[in-house]
Amino acid sequence: MDRMDRKVVIPGDLLSEEAKRSGEGTFVKDGKVYSLLYGLANDRDRINVIPLAGKYVPAPGDNIIGIVKDITFSNWIIDINSPYDGLLHISEFPKRIDSDEMSKYLSLGSSTMIRIKDVDSTMKVELTLNDRKLGLLKTGRIVEINHTRVPRLIGKGGSMISMLKKELNCNIFVGQNGRIWINGGAEDMDLALKTILLIEKEAHTSGLTDRIVDFLKKEKGAGN
Amino acid sequence: MKMIAMDESNISFFKEGLRLDGRRADEFRPLKIEVGVLARADGSCYVEMGGNKVIAAVYGPREVHPRHLQEVNRAIVRCRYNMASFSVEERKRPGPDRRSHELSKVSREALEPVIFTSYFPRSVIDVFVEVLQADAGTRTAGINAASVALADAGIPMKSMISACAAGKVADTIVLDPMKEEDNFGQADMPIAMTPTGEITLLQMDGHLTTDEFHQAMAMARKGCRDIYEIQRNSLIERYNQLGAELPVVQEAEVV
Repeated sequence: MDRMDRKVVIPGDLLSEEAKRSGEGTFVKDGKVYSLLYGLANDRDRINVIPLAGKYVPAPGDNIIGIVKDITFSNWIIDINSPYDGLLHISEFPKRIDSDEMSKYLSLGSSTMIRIKDVDSTMKVELTLNDRKLGLLKTGRIVEINHTRVPRLIGKGGSMISMLKKELNCNIFVGQNGRIWINGGAEDMDLALKTILLIEKEAHTSGLTDRIVDFLKKEKGAGN
Repeated sequence: MKMIAMDESNISFFKEGLRLDGRRADEFRPLKIEVGVLARADGSCYVEMGGNKVIAAVYGPREVHPRHLQEVNRAIVRCRYNMASFSVEERKRPGPDRRSHELSKVSREALEPVIFTSYFPRSVIDVFVEVLQADAGTRTAGINAASVALADAGIPMKSMISACAAGKVADTIVLDPMKEEDNFGQADMPIAMTPTGEITLLQMDGHLTTDEFHQAMAMARKGCRDIYEIQRNSLIERYNQLGAELPVVQEAEVV
């Protein structure tokens, strides 16, 4: 298994003498850039450190998958696979509804594609459903992977995910929080699940898309 | 375990310039660090330092319970140091005691300065240190393990923390005292520091003159720097093993 041509760094490693090259996963002290995390340093214009582990921290604009955890007078409290809960206000539902009818539309335990509208400095997370792309998930399956692996599942410019959708004959939605929704035939979903877990396991290796194509070919060949 | 003569007056700590276990004065005991040993924790680490066996687990950042402990602008760090009842010669009564409260507190204070707590307001980072076998210097082994476990959990930190003790036995300054040296020696001084030399833990029990203190400090600092290299190698090694097949557990055949 070949490795990506990136350097493994640990917290406190010196990455650069130029403060302006500080990217994500780094910090600047005395004009020098250091690693904030245990992960892979990506040396481009800026230096980013890609974490290998860690919890999802909500950011405005992220499309995620949430699960209804509680219902209060005018808010749904949504579990977003993070240390923080999300709040979906009744006014952020695409339709005008009464507060005593909230559980009719989104009941306890139901899953939904949802967007993060805003996050304030105390980590109050406001969510919205006001987009045609978003909505309740009624069929299909949800898998959870580590959110640090999501960029690998999507691939460069969406190359991996569009290949998967085509090859697997499934509808797939990848939430930035590491929850993934798959919808399709039962056998297609089984294979999709297997593939996604394989991608999660081998996320740190290079040439992954090609290897996944081979894997799918083999799996499909065995099925026929 | 063999009992060395209990009478303090006739112990010889050195034989032909070497210590009871064959070490030189400025050597620490063999150190083994394993990363990611627990599947359920967010980060974990197992450390063997001579006769010490310590496991550290990190959970979080996660929601704070009880709620009144939470801080609106930063994460809190909690640390629990605990000794297993079988970790010492005479069975230890399980549960927290005066000593483990103290060590929980100093371990937390040794680790907290390097954690970017402001990144995770209203949350908690829990660190659990369990001592499975004790042989003097469990707090330093615990801090070394916890620091690696924090990195494994993906917690943002300014740097790692490495810890090591220096002591005084038979009027000689030694690095990383083992049990006999700790029990019958004249002083024990554990420190924890960042690789750049900022000290986050400094304790001492026994007596040292100013000169001896400086000598012990220099020796412990050198020990910490060497331990840091082992910590870093263990994390890099862990990456290289990621995705490698897990060892297959042989199932016993039922007859």
